[in-house]
Amino acid sequence: MLKILKYSIYDLLRSRWSYVYFIFYLALGFVLLFLNNDMNKAVITLMNIIIVLTPLIGTIFGVMYYYNSKEFTELLLAQPIKRSKIFMGQYLGISLSLTLSLVLGLGIPFLLYGLFRSAAIFDFSLLILVGSFLNFIFVALAYNIALSTENKIKGFGYAILIWLFLAVIYDGLFMISLMTFNEYPLDKFSLVATMFNPIDLSRILILLKLDISALLGYTGAVFKDFFGTTKGAFLSFLVLCLWVILPLLRIKMKLRKKDF
Amino acid sequence: MRIFFIIFVFFNFSAYATSIEVCATCPIKTIKEATAIAKDGDTIFVKKGVYLETKIDVSKAIHIIGIDNPIIDGENKQESIFAVKADDFSISGFHFKNVGMSYTKEIAAVFISHSTNFIVKNNKMDNVFYGFILQRAKYGILKNNIIIGHAIDETSSGNGVHIWKCKNLRIEENTITGMRDGIYLEFVDKSSVSNNTSEDNIRYGLHYMFSNNCKYNNNEFKHNGAGVAVMYSKFIKMHHNTFHYNWGTASYGLLLKEINDADIYDNIFEQNTIGINIDGCNRINYKNNHFIRNGWALKFTGGCYTNIFEFNNFLHNAFDLSYNSKLNDNKFEANYWSEYTGYDIDKNGIGDVPFRPVKLFSYVVNKTPETLVLLRSLFVDIINFSEKVSPVFTPDNLMDEKPLMKPINPLE
Repeated sequence: MLKILKYSIYDLLRSRWSYVYFIFYLALGFVLLFLNNDMNKAVITLMNIIIVLTPLIGTIFGVMYYYNSKEFTELLLAQPIKRSKIFMGQYLGISLSLTLSLVLGLGIPFLLYGLFRSAAIFDFSLLILVGSFLNFIFVALAYNIALSTENKIKGFGYAILIWLFLAVIYDGLFMISLMTFNEYPLDKFSLVATMFNPIDLSRILILLKLDISALLGYTGAVFKDFFGTTKGAFLSFLVLCLWVILPLLRIKMKLRKKDF
Repeated sequence: MRIFFIIFVFFNFSAYATSIEVCATCPIKTIKEATAIAKDGDTIFVKKGVYLETKIDVSKAIHIIGIDNPIIDGENKQESIFAVKADDFSISGFHFKNVGMSYTKEIAAVFISHSTNFIVKNNKMDNVFYGFILQRAKYGILKNNIIIGHAIDETSSGNGVHIWKCKNLRIEENTITGMRDGIYLEFVDKSSVSNNTSEDNIRYGLHYMFSNNCKYNNNEFKHNGAGVAVMYSKFIKMHHNTFHYNWGTASYGLLLKEINDADIYDNIFEQNTIGINIDGCNRINYKNNHFIRNGWALKFTGGCYTNIFEFNNFLHNAFDLSYNSKLNDNKFEANYWSEYTGYDIDKNGIGDVPFRPVKLFSYVVNKTPETLVLLRSLFVDIINFSEKVSPVFTPDNLMDEKPLMKPINPLE
């Protein structure tokens, strides 16, 4: 597995896209900090971008890589290697290279602008951690889709759809249900609803760490009570981990039956 | 000529009042004794030292002056230190300490009632229940006092300056921290509050109730439970004040409740959860104010009519405006909105497309506060954008027809 991981990482590092992605984050980090030296504000802006963009890039990249390297994968499958090892290797390869681009791309400018001397270091590390989780989650989802659909176009369509659903439509449904059931106590419901969507969960985790959480009022206080405790923090990271593990298990199941 | 001179000198001498000294080694050792023997127009000089006294009655026109900040320690007894009921008096230069707390009595370092024409200045108060209580007083000045409290909750703490049923007062250059309300005025008319600093008070920095024709200007309100609350008052002028960092789940910079005919100009509202909370206020002119990085810059609750907002700067607020009804009778014109994305083809400094300060999300939040958990999600940006393109839910006529392209008098 390590060997395959190594190959896919090398392969990705040689490809233009990881560099483009890396340079995009690098430029973003520098421009943000250049435009305003306030690291706290930069973290807020960055949150908006990371929460939308990392899932999108993760899904698209995952699907693209699977379809592009399909022939090589089929060649590997002919060798006496376990299927799960091949795909785990590829999966980890993509996720790690994307995470590397994210961490280095944003880490370098922030370090140069004196991250260690600033109070924002904790928020920033949380942001990077959450961003990495989102990478792992959405690449896993992408692999699920790609393995289940032979048709490339369909695969891309589903990938974009799942991103659209989690990033936009889910929140829409969430908002509509909150407005419809306005008369009922909704804090428990909103807590659970956030848990079920990794993008929402990451957003709330970061928001609660920032000053802006005071705006959230009563519901915010309920959320803070929950996520502020070690139990809540532990539970939310457990949920994020589950979001990685469950799709991976499905990949494994799919592999057992799939006819290449 | 000479006669005139002699007469002048003679009168001057005869008018000269005596002065009384109080100190540990003087014949008169307590301030109480001194006030008892003093006559109208006398001056009492209190030398440096610690005086354990409460209930010092002042009922004559005398001047009590502390030299080198003598300490008057109330030893947390349930009695005011100075109880004043006199005209033409002054108290200055003392350091008051440990005024006791009571749930039933009003106890202050300086308690003034039924007095006219006085000045209390340059005092320091530390660990006091109330700093000043003024009742039925007129033409007085409280100047350059420092009041420090250690309030924990609202029920067991008092106000820095508590004024009830007074007229024509001036409260200037005081610093008040750690009390319940910094300055509290109830039934006070024609008074001014200026150049004070009020911070870290657990309720309001400044609080007006039923007080008309007052003004407050050049004050700073910082880190209070809420900056300033002005309630049930008319004709109040508020200008050149700074309201900042009043941040918390139920905080605001300025709360206006049932205020009519006020003028609010040249103030700075920075980083408050709610810049101004406007509840049932009519005919108020808002001009030249800066709203910077607040949660809500303006939040309307209750019916508000004929208010005019012109030449204000709205910079980087999470919500510029939250409005509660579909009916709008308020005028927003020629403000600068940092969120404005229009253009200015004829280069006259006024944007050619009107700006709508109410976002759809702030409308939704107004209906269902729980939806705030969706703050900063992509979905919210999308619905805001679509509402901006074609407004459906937000009031049609609530817009700035002449939004400015550049901020007014930008701050450094």
